[in-house]
Amino acid sequence: MTAPVTSRARRSPGPWRTAAADLLRNRSAVAAAAVLLVVVALSLCAPLYADHIAHTDPFQSHVSGTTVVDGRTVPVLTPSTTGLGLGVTPIGPTWDTGHYFLGADNQGRDVMARLLYGGRTSLLIGFSAALLTCALGTFVGVVAGYLGGAVDAVVSRVLDVIWAFPVYLLAICLSVVLLTNGLRLGPVTVEAGSLWLPVVIIAAIYVPYVARPLRGQVLVLRNKEFIQAAVGSGAPTSRILRREVLPNVLPTAIVFVPLMTALAMLTESALSFLSVGVQPPDASWGTIVQDGLGLLYTRPAVTIAPGLLIALTTAALNVLGDGVRDALDPSARLRGGV
Amino acid sequence: MPDQPLPLQEPSDQPDQPLLDVRDLRVSFRTRTGPATAVDGLSLSVAPGEILGVVGESGSGKSVSMLAVLRLLTSPNVTVTGQVLFRGRDLLALTDKEMRAVRGREIAMVFQDPMTALTPVYTVGWQIAEQIRAHEPVSRKEAHARAVTLLSDVGIPDAASRVKAYPHEFSGGMRQRAVIAMALACRPALLIADEPTTALDVTIQAQILDLMRDLNARGSAVVLITHDMGVVSEIAHRVLVMYGGRVAEQGPRRAVFHSPRHPYTWGLLDSVPRVGGPRLRRLPTIAGTPVSPDSLPDGCAFAPRCRLRHEGCEERPELAASPDDAAHHDACRLPAGDRAALRLGARAPADETATAGEPDPSGEADQSGETDPSGETDPVDEADREMAP
Amino acid sequence: MLYFAVRRLVSALLVMFAISVLVFLIFFATPGVDPAARIAGRNADQVTLAQVRHSFGLDRPLPVRYLLMMRHLLVDRDLESFVNRGSRVIPQIVQAVPVTLSLVVGAAVLWMAVGILMGTAAAALRGTAADPVIMLVGVIGVSLPAYWLGEVVNLITQKQLHDTVFSWVPPPGYVGLGRDPAQWALHMLFPWLTLSLLYAGIYARLLRGEVVTAMNEDYVRTARAKGLSERRILIRHALRCSLIPIVSLFGLDFGALVGGAALLTEVVFGLPGVGKLTYDALQNLDLPVIMGTVLYAAFFVVLANALVDVLYARLDPRARHA
Repeated sequence: MTAPVTSRARRSPGPWRTAAADLLRNRSAVAAAAVLLVVVALSLCAPLYADHIAHTDPFQSHVSGTTVVDGRTVPVLTPSTTGLGLGVTPIGPTWDTGHYFLGADNQGRDVMARLLYGGRTSLLIGFSAALLTCALGTFVGVVAGYLGGAVDAVVSRVLDVIWAFPVYLLAICLSVVLLTNGLRLGPVTVEAGSLWLPVVIIAAIYVPYVARPLRGQVLVLRNKEFIQAAVGSGAPTSRILRREVLPNVLPTAIVFVPLMTALAMLTESALSFLSVGVQPPDASWGTIVQDGLGLLYTRPAVTIAPGLLIALTTAALNVLGDGVRDALDPSARLRGGV
Repeated sequence: MPDQPLPLQEPSDQPDQPLLDVRDLRVSFRTRTGPATAVDGLSLSVAPGEILGVVGESGSGKSVSMLAVLRLLTSPNVTVTGQVLFRGRDLLALTDKEMRAVRGREIAMVFQDPMTALTPVYTVGWQIAEQIRAHEPVSRKEAHARAVTLLSDVGIPDAASRVKAYPHEFSGGMRQRAVIAMALACRPALLIADEPTTALDVTIQAQILDLMRDLNARGSAVVLITHDMGVVSEIAHRVLVMYGGRVAEQGPRRAVFHSPRHPYTWGLLDSVPRVGGPRLRRLPTIAGTPVSPDSLPDGCAFAPRCRLRHEGCEERPELAASPDDAAHHDACRLPAGDRAALRLGARAPADETATAGEPDPSGEADQSGETDPSGETDPVDEADREMAP
Repeated sequence: MLYFAVRRLVSALLVMFAISVLVFLIFFATPGVDPAARIAGRNADQVTLAQVRHSFGLDRPLPVRYLLMMRHLLVDRDLESFVNRGSRVIPQIVQAVPVTLSLVVGAAVLWMAVGILMGTAAAALRGTAADPVIMLVGVIGVSLPAYWLGEVVNLITQKQLHDTVFSWVPPPGYVGLGRDPAQWALHMLFPWLTLSLLYAGIYARLLRGEVVTAMNEDYVRTARAKGLSERRILIRHALRCSLIPIVSLFGLDFGALVGGAALLTEVVFGLPGVGKLTYDALQNLDLPVIMGTVLYAAFFVVLANALVDVLYARLDPRARHA
């Protein structure tokens, strides 16, 4: 008899599983994810730290408060001795986790506790804005690309205009208008001073970054045989979009999420630094940098610490994003560079 | 033939010395699922002025082996071992600089897709002149003049003005001509053409093959890689059939086409549509899928798809000369004599089950192939029909 | 050729028009916002409000309001700040442009040089330890908030090390190129470095990706088969083709920066450029100024886009006949 010599057919794992395995093998991406996890965990512990370790309310000014350093009671704020003597110099870093680890800002608030709370805000805004942008951008890109015609022409023109425009200026314009009055757009109502206002603004200005590349992909997909086959078999457009088009552009959209989060966090911090982002009493890393502006030469820690955290977090997000990109869709480009 | 003594002479090519002598070439890739062997102990030789046709399905290692000869496999995941003797020098042992002097000047290569083979931002003439100036100390002007001559040599009309055109302004056939003109710029002794006609229209294909024949007539040896038996039958002096990174069969064109010895070659020849002869309801195909480089069997690589396989196939067959023709080799464990009869016996059921996808392990083909090697039809007639391109 | 030039001009004008409408809508048609109160600035009295309402035709339909605003801006050029009474918007912008141009042009030269060098080197050294190190520098550049980096630079050069290493660094500010070129360069040095670090990172990362892709293209294999040196293949073939997308991005970024996107750097280094003007107007909610600068920005963005088209055609022969 003949001996059947069959080559063992390898069961190939699905594309998502392969991508996950690739990502796990990417050491820098795993390290970046670990850094992110630590930052997120620390930020989530903000109330824990403020209430149980530092025993302070980081949103309350302590202008005449005192604290204990090396067994001596010292005021949190001392009147400035230089210049006209009008300013105050807050206490510097004590390097004691119990109180004023990184010192105080010019209202006597514990910078360390504010940093942790600020991290919650910055991460929340960055991530929500990124998700919103990617969802909106995917929707706009897929619908415009697939429907074509007049819809596409109008949408593409609008995207082009926003794309070409300096995003910070656009965000500033929107913020200035919306900050005091809030946004009422049909069923969506965002109160003035709400954290969701910067989320909506940032998400809106970056939609073209996601929509344009996805639209390009859909234009190519639309002429592929399997889409033509679905069209020919009489499937309704909504079903084709959901079942055939969306799954094919989803990897790219997912690649954009971490990169977009980094971009959104940087934008949020810049807007907050310009005092058109997060509004007091809320704090974000950007507002803390701004708090430190007047104290730059006397208490640089107030400025340096939040900036380092922004840099660390966005760098980790970028590295992770590169890893996801390499694993899922190496050709994905979020507006070229970032 | 692959075991000829090492030629010691330099450029003066003697007809009896091979120009290119590849010995036991192995190319393996590191992949995510483990090592994959693309070329598994390939030996071949090319005589000066000869056209060697290398045939095989995609993935048979034919392109990879030729890229390895020119050391164009630059990925760090590739390992190449063996010897590639060109005019007696082992190319694999040269320094990068020495190798560069060989590439383009002594051995030129033409690739499959002319649409992407040229740098899009430079004119065709600039790119040909660049090739000349890389190897010869000529002035810009002189190189340009030679580019014009070369373009008109490969049949591009109005070469003097087309030389200033960009690649995207050329049609596919024109681009392939331009690529060939570039390859010929330094009058190489050997031209390796990797599927030069596959991406082109049929009418253009014939023109490109004519061009190859012309340049062969001017003294260049050619290695023509293709999966198209028709192309090989038209132009090659010798044919080498590859499967699974190994040589399945090699020999003079006439011998391979008239009395093919390896079941894989039979399959390739049978699957060529014929103009004359009885009209088949369905073209015979080779059942199964080509062997994957990451799971090469220890024995005969073609055995899983072979209708005539037997226990002996689990041991790797060596290349052996045909009893009728010392220049005709094959690597198969079937009895050496009367392969033509075996072939006919294997074919009859094949026409019916050709689309079954899996070879029938208990099919009658095996039995009849081994025990009843008598055929009624004249094998030479069969072969002649196959010769029709 | 003329046809294309005209078409390009028309499309540029259309984009300008679209941006001006967009800005107009943001300021005058955002639901729930009283534009008069916005324009008049914080705590404006009733008289000013009424004046603003009349001057911008706020009681009239939207298209009329748009035309009125454009007349103030372009024809009469008498758009006035309501916060600083009497200071006209257009001359302020005209005064600020050279500062912004000084900053952006210098930084652009730096970042293109450094970005191309880093990106090409990283691609060429792929597989060695140098590639991830170069790319890490790139990631850090991309991830640093520009305003924060500027502040840290100020802290180091003006305070911490000012008495030792950086005693030659002048205080933040701007000196005109025409007045004293040496002082101009000295004042601009750290703003240039700060701004270019960010963009050098972006461009290095992008270029590396492009060059790595290009090195796998068929034409690079052809170039290798021709016997060219790796160096020539990298620079004359792979890099040359990779520059095409880079240049188009550069045009956009350059336009955006000249248009005011450099405001963070300008604010931190006290450079009285267009961005700083916008920022100051922002602090006072001085809407006429903000509208003016934003439209000025749109002008530069459109100009940059047109320049990109021209450059693109020069770099990519395939685009010339499109």
